Amino acid sequence: MRQEKKISPYFIVSVILLVLLAIFFIFPLYWIITGSVKEKSDIIVKAGQSVKWIPTSISWDNYARLFKSSTQFFGAKIPMAIRWLFNSVFISVVAMLLTCVTASLAGYVLAKKRFWGRGVVFSLFVCAMALPKQVILIPLLQQVSNMGFLSSKTPVLSEVLPLFAVICPVVGWPFGVFLMKQFSENIPTSLLEAARIDGAGELTTFINVAFPIIKPGFGALAIFTFINAWNEYPLQLVMLQQDSVKTISLGIASLQSEMSNDYGLIMAGAALAAVPIIIVFLCFQKYFTQGITMGAVKG
Amino acid sequence: MAKGSKRSLVLQRRETGVSYLFLLPALIFFLGFVIYPMLMGIITSFTDASFANQSNGKFIAFDNYIRLFNDPVFKKSAVNTVIIVVAAVPTVTAFSLWVGSAIYKMKAWTRSFFRCVFYLPVVTGSVAVVVVWKWMFDKYNGLFNYVIKAFGGKPLPWTESATMAIWCIIIILFTTSIGQPIVLYVAALGNVDNSLVEAAQVDGATNLQTFWKIKWPSIMPTTLYVVIITTINSFQCFALIQLLTRGGPLYSTSTVMYLLYETAFITSKDFGYADAMGVVLAIVIAIFSAIQFKVMNGGTTE
Repeated sequence: MRQEKKISPYFIVSVILLVLLAIFFIFPLYWIITGSVKEKSDIIVKAGQSVKWIPTSISWDNYARLFKSSTQFFGAKIPMAIRWLFNSVFISVVAMLLTCVTASLAGYVLAKKRFWGRGVVFSLFVCAMALPKQVILIPLLQQVSNMGFLSSKTPVLSEVLPLFAVICPVVGWPFGVFLMKQFSENIPTSLLEAARIDGAGELTTFINVAFPIIKPGFGALAIFTFINAWNEYPLQLVMLQQDSVKTISLGIASLQSEMSNDYGLIMAGAALAAVPIIIVFLCFQKYFTQGITMGAVKG
Repeated sequence: MAKGSKRSLVLQRRETGVSYLFLLPALIFFLGFVIYPMLMGIITSFTDASFANQSNGKFIAFDNYIRLFNDPVFKKSAVNTVIIVVAAVPTVTAFSLWVGSAIYKMKAWTRSFFRCVFYLPVVTGSVAVVVVWKWMFDKYNGLFNYVIKAFGGKPLPWTESATMAIWCIIIILFTTSIGQPIVLYVAALGNVDNSLVEAAQVDGATNLQTFWKIKWPSIMPTTLYVVIITTINSFQCFALIQLLTRGGPLYSTSTVMYLLYETAFITSKDFGYADAMGVVLAIVIAIFSAIQFKVMNGGTTE
């Protein structure tokens, strides 16, 4: 048993370095959150004065200013920043639900069925995955505006339809199909055969036999898509020009370009954008790790 | 067996019908919002279409591509893209391998703590990450210059200097890139055949020897995958630049991806020309990806 190794100097050095690196990685987040509750006078560094590493007093002034401008939403008056948050949540949730359905069905048949054209379809999915997403930005913008996504006149639709200009390409992105194919490879073929012999229909087989087995994959895919859609900045930037359909990321970006020196306000916005998604991540991080490793397994 | 094969043919035909029914929802989104725009982009790159003249672009063959290779701003952006890729890929790979091997043997909760910490900047999203870095880089109110001044140094211009700005981008890119490789390395190192490692140790191999002779070869597929995804991500570096420097000062941080965006949506709104940049970038990335899939397929047949 070599388990009770003496603690080597190499080990101590690497732990110290690791902790320092970890502090370096957490620090920006700490600086966002503390910055968002600092007084205006604590944010600007005056000559001869020391930086407030830890805020001595907590002020909600930055948040009050962030929530000051308001907008009409389904007849109610709400702060613009909340509207942005709603748009982000809407995009992420809808993209997540649609991707889970489409990708699990497609991944299942690609893994478990032998059908004409399977190779072609699968290679198409895999090749597209390596494509730089931003390359399709321009044609995509023309396409969705021709389809009327961005200029709907119907009252309710005009509030959410532009968001689908971001949702649809996210759902179309083939990573989900690839991931679910990996998970579906675990379904024992004999189980599917047995279901068929019992006379179960294809959809029943999928729901009753396949689904319970690929359920962990669902968790991974859901959390992955949620976070990707939330952080899909370039697509949001190009598609969502109007103030009322902006996501929280876009909102913060536009705050930054309009009042670039009001760091307190910008940090409050950044905290509003970052904290919800970090909470989601921490709650589901087990699935997340699984998704990353499964997505990388050789196809 | 003739009867059997005929039955399987019928079965296969039925399977084909059902399979496409299952594939249909995914294919609608995939073909409609990924493949179709991609084809349109390729077609547009051979025309002089622009924002003002979207649908009636005239066919001008390879003119946009010829223009590209004579455009000093494009060349500058291509060089910057290469600098970013060359600087980011080895550092990201080496650091994530080091962190991965330092944490994979730790207790479960310490391991997931570190994994989370290094993944945090990815989750936080480019906008929140960039705005706080921008504040820290600020010439007057930033933390970095405060610390430099506190130690008696001369404050640096950071993102406002044509020589330093790209390194600021690379630092942020680094912090948002190592999360995923670390997760992959922790998983790969955990899968290394332990009996081999133990055998080597019994034979008196040092830690370094066990690493290079046993662990390194068996995590090679992961390393290659990490190298390729980091390369692709670095080629596509866009949000950081758009938010931090807008390609400046003096195009010193403009990359192909950023120039594409600026050409299409800010300056000339020349869609055909911007699409040509996209096609060139896609071809370069496709070459790298081809290598990736070759390597991955090679891994399975072993």
